[in-house]
Amino acid sequence: MDDIRILAPSDLDTLIAELRERGFRVVGPTLRDETIVTGDIRSASDLPRGIGDIQEAATYRTRQRDDDAYFGFAAPAQSTKPVFFPSEEVVWRGKRDHDQGGHFTAERDTANASPVALLGVRSCDLRAVQIHDQVLAHRQFKDVHYTARRDGTLVIAVACGVPAATCFCASMGTGPRPAATDPQTGQPSYDLLLTEVIDGDTHHFVAEVGTDAGRDIADAVAASKGTAKDQAQAIDITNAAAASQTRAIDRNTVHDVLRASAESSRWEDVANRCLGCTNCTMVCPTCFCTTMSDVSDLAGENAERHRVWDSCFSANFSYIHGGPTRESLKARYRQWITHKLSSWEDQFGMLGCVGCGRCITWCPAGIDITEEAAALGRMSGLGSTASAAST
Amino acid sequence: MTTAPVDAGITDSARVTDSAPGTDSPDPMVPRRYAITKVREDTRDTFTLLLEPVDGPPLTFRAGQFTMLHAFGVGEVPISISGDPRGLDDDGNPAPLEHTIRNVGAVTRALVNAPPGTQVGVRGPFGTTWDVADAVGNDVVFVTGGIGLAPLRPAILDVLAERERYGKVLLLYGSRTPDDILYGAQMRRWADLNDVNVQRTVDNAPYGYKGRVGYVTELIARAGFDPRSAWAFVCGPEAMMRPAASSLTGRGVPASHIRLSMERSMKCGIGLCGHCQLRELFICVDGPVLDYARLEPLMNVREL
Repeated sequence: MDDIRILAPSDLDTLIAELRERGFRVVGPTLRDETIVTGDIRSASDLPRGIGDIQEAATYRTRQRDDDAYFGFAAPAQSTKPVFFPSEEVVWRGKRDHDQGGHFTAERDTANASPVALLGVRSCDLRAVQIHDQVLAHRQFKDVHYTARRDGTLVIAVACGVPAATCFCASMGTGPRPAATDPQTGQPSYDLLLTEVIDGDTHHFVAEVGTDAGRDIADAVAASKGTAKDQAQAIDITNAAAASQTRAIDRNTVHDVLRASAESSRWEDVANRCLGCTNCTMVCPTCFCTTMSDVSDLAGENAERHRVWDSCFSANFSYIHGGPTRESLKARYRQWITHKLSSWEDQFGMLGCVGCGRCITWCPAGIDITEEAAALGRMSGLGSTASAAST
Repeated sequence: MTTAPVDAGITDSARVTDSAPGTDSPDPMVPRRYAITKVREDTRDTFTLLLEPVDGPPLTFRAGQFTMLHAFGVGEVPISISGDPRGLDDDGNPAPLEHTIRNVGAVTRALVNAPPGTQVGVRGPFGTTWDVADAVGNDVVFVTGGIGLAPLRPAILDVLAERERYGKVLLLYGSRTPDDILYGAQMRRWADLNDVNVQRTVDNAPYGYKGRVGYVTELIARAGFDPRSAWAFVCGPEAMMRPAASSLTGRGVPASHIRLSMERSMKCGIGLCGHCQLRELFICVDGPVLDYARLEPLMNVREL
């Protein structure tokens, strides 16, 4: 029988204090500039209590909810991606000694940060972390900085009860309730899974224990025992959340649809709308492309090499002498969506999209990945008729 | 998640990437220091950089692999290694690490203009290999143009090191003009001493030029080799490799016997930065050497 506990809203402060006491850097959703972002959490007052969100294509607004929900919103503006994979970091520093005829020593910038506790991470973003583990850590060559930051992560996930109009995790099989284990590694997905229950006058969290570490935390917070009925109530909430989603991608056909669509006339159509602004790739929780930037002082004696997020939408991304290999916007959009929904599966054994909907919300032109996938499905004749997007 | 290290449980067999051999470096993103011993001018825009390690033994590599060469404070570029995989020079002495590069950008300019003694950063070797030994017992056709001969040179040296194990060996080489011919003296030596059938052509020639004028693909049609069993190793710009591979298959060489070396933008060399992707391939770790059976559908889509 699963280990179910009940946490009161007032237990959140105890929980956060306990995590901090144990040396974790607690990271979770917080309100900044009228936007829910991922940031450092020192107490429950840092959480966006009573704040909801409205998301549509090219639209993001926060709103005041009529309850005190701590997690009453969908995907935050930014995922947890920058926690383990910052937008810019030093790969090495070098010093040149002119007296020795040009001589430099490379010094690795070692990551010695505290382990992270992800508090309130959504199923979509949690799956994105698991995908990044495959892309960045489970490789022949791994990203040593990512791997160092990821080690010892504690996950207190929150099942999503209020998807936005842009969400389509249910169709991707990545939410709104996280899978108990990472399908690639078989490891537990979370240490604790919370579902926020607000029903009339009652407001509490159903906590499902995923690991011994999670149990230990639940014990330390002195969470009361829950029942199978509580767990059933939690599952009802995510089932309703899944049923409320209107956007979808047919994950069973989309790989072959994209594979067959390289010469589709749809690319011209979408390129006429795409601004090449790179927003979609900056908010995508799985996009991992980076470039290198060399920074040196005026004397040329000290230099640093920085790894910086890059985007396949920028013209320079594919540049080799003579010009970029993907010069047109249609080729760049094709690269992005084909990678997400097709070639990612060939590379890593899963799709590269978790259905968080951020690329739809944050596209200034309102380009909708579900709509494009559905259109390509229709045009190729390979899509499922059930995969209608909300157009 | 706290119960196991993040890199535990690597079990996924579904993936196709990471074909290239790994490295024992604790962090493949941090370069090793090498000192420039010599910069040899090969043509008006092409130079060969000879490097010796500052600390530790010289790196070992296989034909087809590349390194990331770093000019301090300027940047880093992927360059194929053009030396002998046995680590020896023409006279059998230990050889410096050799890269032939075209002076076409900021980093390559900094590298070719650096005085001897200058230290540069080297990461690698990375990438897949020509594996010419697959052609043992059969004819071998090298098709290349311009500086494309440089990444093929280690493969040619692999064949010549065991010349008697192969059938006919052809080197079909094209360059823009007679002044752009790379390794000219060496090609003559291979022809004279190693029984290599070297055929050269130039795209454009000055008045009075006695050699052949035309594209390298035209050489394929006339070259004497057994297409059903021959292996072809092709390196050059894509605009040359595409018709070359097509001519080879047109003569009956199986696509699986044709290997090409692809060039893409690369920032990491280890399959992490995403720049070199060609549909499902990371050219740095699944290539640069790939067989034509795999590449043909990808090369035939513009801007893929």
